[in-house]
Amino acid sequence: MLGYVIRRLVLAVFVLWGVATAVFAIVRLVPADPALLIAGSDASPEQLATLREKMGLDESIIVQYGKFLGGAMTGDFGDSFQQRVPAMDLIAQVLPNTALLAVLACALALVLSFPLGLLASLRVNGLVDRIVTTGSLFTQALPNFWIGVVLLLVFSRKLKWLPSVGLDSPKNLILPTIVLALPFVSVLTRMIRNGLLEVMGEGYIQTARAKGLLERTVIFPHAIRNAAIPVVTIVGLQFGTLLGGAAVTETVFTFPGIGRLLVLSLQGRDYNVAQACVLVIAAVFVLINLVVDLTYGFLDPRVRLAK
Amino acid sequence: MTKTQPGTAPSASPTDAPLLSVQDLTVEFSTAAGVARALRNVSFDVRAGETLAVLGESGCGKSTIAQSIMALLPKPAGSIVGGKILYGGRDLAAERIPAVRELCGTEIAMIFQDPLSSLNPVFRVGAQLAEPFRRRLGMGRREAWAKSLELLKRVGIPDAETRIRDYPHQFSGGQRQRIMIAMALALKPKLLIADEPTTALDVTIQKQVLSLLADLQAETGMAMILISHDLGVVADVATRAAIMYAGRIVETGAVRDMYDHPAHPYTKGLLESIPSQTSIGGRLKPIVGSPPNLLDLPSGCAFNPRCPFATDLCREQVPALRTPTTWPAGHEAACHLSEEVLTHA
Repeated sequence: MLGYVIRRLVLAVFVLWGVATAVFAIVRLVPADPALLIAGSDASPEQLATLREKMGLDESIIVQYGKFLGGAMTGDFGDSFQQRVPAMDLIAQVLPNTALLAVLACALALVLSFPLGLLASLRVNGLVDRIVTTGSLFTQALPNFWIGVVLLLVFSRKLKWLPSVGLDSPKNLILPTIVLALPFVSVLTRMIRNGLLEVMGEGYIQTARAKGLLERTVIFPHAIRNAAIPVVTIVGLQFGTLLGGAAVTETVFTFPGIGRLLVLSLQGRDYNVAQACVLVIAAVFVLINLVVDLTYGFLDPRVRLAK
Repeated sequence: MTKTQPGTAPSASPTDAPLLSVQDLTVEFSTAAGVARALRNVSFDVRAGETLAVLGESGCGKSTIAQSIMALLPKPAGSIVGGKILYGGRDLAAERIPAVRELCGTEIAMIFQDPLSSLNPVFRVGAQLAEPFRRRLGMGRREAWAKSLELLKRVGIPDAETRIRDYPHQFSGGQRQRIMIAMALALKPKLLIADEPTTALDVTIQKQVLSLLADLQAETGMAMILISHDLGVVADVATRAAIMYAGRIVETGAVRDMYDHPAHPYTKGLLESIPSQTSIGGRLKPIVGSPPNLLDLPSGCAFNPRCPFATDLCREQVPALRTPTTWPAGHEAACHLSEEVLTHA
């Protein structure tokens, strides 16, 4: 078990190194000169040269890469070009907001999809099932930004019930949580419905019934515990994705999260911040994946022994 | 339809009423291709302490009988469309599923063919064994655990004190079936339905599991319905047997009588295809053809296309279960030509 975790962590280092290299290359391949963007188009060549020197952009790519990797290992990604504070400080400011949003969206998705999926599976092709399956296809087909904009129009502009911008009160969390949870609810509901249907045909369900257990007990825990195994994987991956920041949704709601920070840093060619954002997101994702795999072994004893 | 007459099997006295009486049970499955009649007018009795074997090829309806009794028919496809399942003065065929389930485990219990898929993979066997005690009898955790341990020891799991904490996949096939047996017998049911309990096991393990079942039966006095496709397996354990073909009972009687004097060509064919009855180096005699499609049964006797005795009468009229003339009561066959089949035996 411990050996497995160590192996996975060693592997993670290589994954992150690859990500770091890729993001380092990509931000530099995007046209436009960061110094020019900051100084403005009327700056003199001398001003630009000193600015580049200050930003470390006058050195060769190899030296820049070396410095970047060296810094990344100690968690130092350099200062933001635009705000003159360490890139990590900016991330530390917004990451908790994104995490809060991710937790809320996952919680809402779980709370909604378990009962919906269960109800749908109890009567296949019944009224509830039809509504749930069609509804979930429908919500999944709608683009995220569109749902966000519509919700903003209705609840902020027309009804004036909820604020639209920033994060000044807990009320600001409501709409983005809904927008992020909706497509997730669709996927999960159908997964839980189909999973339960499959599990209900298994031999151990027949055994549980033959023991004379109440149908309630047959479903919970016998069926649910088995149907939940693949769900955990999806929830984990989705949580990882959400922790990485939902760039589009955060932008629509001007939400101070890591997704929006990444978008802004790319727009401003703020290399250091963009690199830091991508690496942090990748690290979080790799870590969540490891946690999911470990949870999997906890839920399914057969996996536990296979290791 | 003729009823199975109780009271003629050598082991049972005529006075005791049957524990379970299945009468004219008819079950249908609606499939995409049409309605399949899985059971037609199946009747049999089981008395306390006896073992009835239900035999036949796969798809003949053996397991459907068990599912009907336990209210385990797959819903909504399968349903009982006629007949009665009488148990303790109640007709289980007419009762709602939850009412039948109350009898499951305490009065009638069941074990299945594949013990691996029949045990929940994510729970320790101890928890699964303790479930009947905790959920049905409301026992406390500690007491239920002690009871489970006792059961596990009784069915012969070595090192039960530690193994009780293991998961199903950590046991061998034979041990898993022992655990299933322990679980089924936890609440001391009066009737155990064993649906192909040894089919998934190695031949050497089969005998052990069957003798465990026989021991437990002697100890508790429970009745048993042993469903199997293997006539050899059943011979030593069962007192009476019912042979099924295409959803009907085609022959029923005391096992010895029937094996020595089969009165139905299908039974005769089954007995002739048992390897042990053929000398080494000799050839097995299989039954020609394959079982009929339940959606499209041949007219008359369902066995007629495969039957060496078949006449025009067999192709026109469905034979009823009857005792062959000059033959002792209690042995019945659904064949127009039983007398002729018997003389060939």
